[in-house]
Amino acid sequence: MPSRTRLRMSDKSRNWYLIPYTAWIVLFVVAPIALVVYYSLFDIEGKFTFSNYAHFFTPVYLRMTLSSFWYAFLITAFSLLVAYPAAYLLTRTKHKQLWLLLIILPSWINLLLKTYAFLGIFGTYGFVNAVLETVGIGKQQILFTDFSFVFVSVYIFIPFMILPVFNALEKMNPSLIDAARDLGASSWTTFRRVIFPLTISGVKAGCQAVFIPALSLFMITRLIAGNRVITLGTAIEQHFLVTQDWGMGATIAVFLVVVMALIMVLTGNRKKREVQG
Amino acid sequence: MKQLARMFVVVFVVAFGLMYGVHALNSSEGYGGSNTLTIYNWGDYIDPDLIAEFEKESGLKVIYQTFDSNEAMMTKIEQGGTTFDVSVPSEYAISKMKEEGLLLPIDHSKLPNLKHIDSRFLDLSFDPGNAYSIPYFWGTVGIIYNPDLLDGWQITSWNDLWDPRLRNQILLVDGAREVMGFGLNSLHFSLNDTNEDHLQEAKRKLQTLTPNVKAIVGDEIKMLIANEEAAVGVVWSGDASEIMDENDKLDYVVPEEGSNLWFDNMVIPKTARNIEGAYAFMNFMLDPEHAARNAEYVGYSTPNKDALALLPEEIAGDERFYPSPELTEKLEVYRNLGKRMLAHYNELFLEFKMHRK
Repeated sequence: MPSRTRLRMSDKSRNWYLIPYTAWIVLFVVAPIALVVYYSLFDIEGKFTFSNYAHFFTPVYLRMTLSSFWYAFLITAFSLLVAYPAAYLLTRTKHKQLWLLLIILPSWINLLLKTYAFLGIFGTYGFVNAVLETVGIGKQQILFTDFSFVFVSVYIFIPFMILPVFNALEKMNPSLIDAARDLGASSWTTFRRVIFPLTISGVKAGCQAVFIPALSLFMITRLIAGNRVITLGTAIEQHFLVTQDWGMGATIAVFLVVVMALIMVLTGNRKKREVQG
Repeated sequence: MKQLARMFVVVFVVAFGLMYGVHALNSSEGYGGSNTLTIYNWGDYIDPDLIAEFEKESGLKVIYQTFDSNEAMMTKIEQGGTTFDVSVPSEYAISKMKEEGLLLPIDHSKLPNLKHIDSRFLDLSFDPGNAYSIPYFWGTVGIIYNPDLLDGWQITSWNDLWDPRLRNQILLVDGAREVMGFGLNSLHFSLNDTNEDHLQEAKRKLQTLTPNVKAIVGDEIKMLIANEEAAVGVVWSGDASEIMDENDKLDYVVPEEGSNLWFDNMVIPKTARNIEGAYAFMNFMLDPEHAARNAEYVGYSTPNKDALALLPEEIAGDERFYPSPELTEKLEVYRNLGKRMLAHYNELFLEFKMHRK
């Protein structure tokens, strides 16, 4: 009898602990998504309709979607290209935690502030052009180009790529590398057949952490790309703040949520298969 | 379980403690209850000395909050939960807010200084009889340019923007009505045009401007042009005067094809708590001496004719900011085109932005 009561008590208290969590999920995850879906079903005059979805599949928005994906892909690819070697070198250094901290440090500074700084650095009379001029290359237009947009985005997202890759590399058993080398694998083969497959989970987590927010970037598109790059994020911002066509803005948001969920599911599944195999 | 309960208690105690602290701090500085006045205005759109003077004169504490677009301001007032006593929307926003019942009617007998306003700026179509709004500033949309970077070339018209010499030299302000407006103006259509053929033609014409456009930006356009990042910009007159204060090489022109004439008027939103204070503030700002000082500080054009007389000749006589009657004839005020048309303008603007070189 006493043991039974204790059991019931612990059950009860577990439910108690769940309250904040459930409340959080309902209030800040389920309710907003439900509201977004709800709003997407009304046109600008407040009539119930599916026309927003039909409108989404017109050339203007499809092109915007395509360009969003293209830039998000570029940003993710370049982030990975820089972050993987950086994370790898980090695991080899003496004061790992210090170096990691230094890399993470810029992400404590407000995003807008960092973006504004690039306006000065990349400007016609900015630091980079001054250097280019003294080197003899001459002034280039850097601000408001695809290059500056991808560069600044990569700069902003890179900590989110380095961290998971670094963690995956740290978790790896170093004796596996020694074993590969003992068995005669070259450095490249060791990397391709041992290191990379063992850290793929970190790479996936990093890609998710970069690709998904990169799809809906909006401030940088205006400040750094001068609205030469139009992403779905820009369109959402416009619809909510300028046109007040909340329905259309919500429709694009629903589309993004669906795509993000798909990406999560796809990258998640493969991991399971690996575990089974 | 006990731990959890204890934690909750601690959190509540801390939260209430902080709430009380904030309250005590506010009231010790005089921010509390009925002796505050909350002003919701555009950023950098008032001489801060005037706020201090008003506080001294009226005994009220002013809370000054800012917004950066009419739409953002309207959304905030519509949602409620705010206590703005005075706001300063533009004309098309006023007609929209009036329609949606977001404004309180204004009793002119409480504003003796209203007599100083030039009758040209009263009783306009967006607010007949000024039942809901009192003029604050007005201005135009035009071209700011740097003659030094253009070998002394004087720009006079919208169509000059299409000149191949300006390749990659133009910054545009990120506003659908402004950009579509000058597209229509350059074709000698009205900037309130709703004819689909005209709008499509304007969009196609704007798309041919793409090689000359360096970027389409927001408020940072002021900094970029002052730093000579580009030779030409399409901006509001007040921004232009601010930029010219920083870089005196620049010049501003209202294009000969005509352009937009806009008004920012003071209103009392329905969220107001301190209505008497709002009247006192509006009357204070309508005083010619105060209006003149404000105009000198902000750089926009004042609708206050007695204030204009107090301004130095170099400001009051400047045709770029106080255009001649012939040019004023060609200027148009934005009409509230309705949500659907505004959405269409935005979509066309978006298509223009997406057009690549």
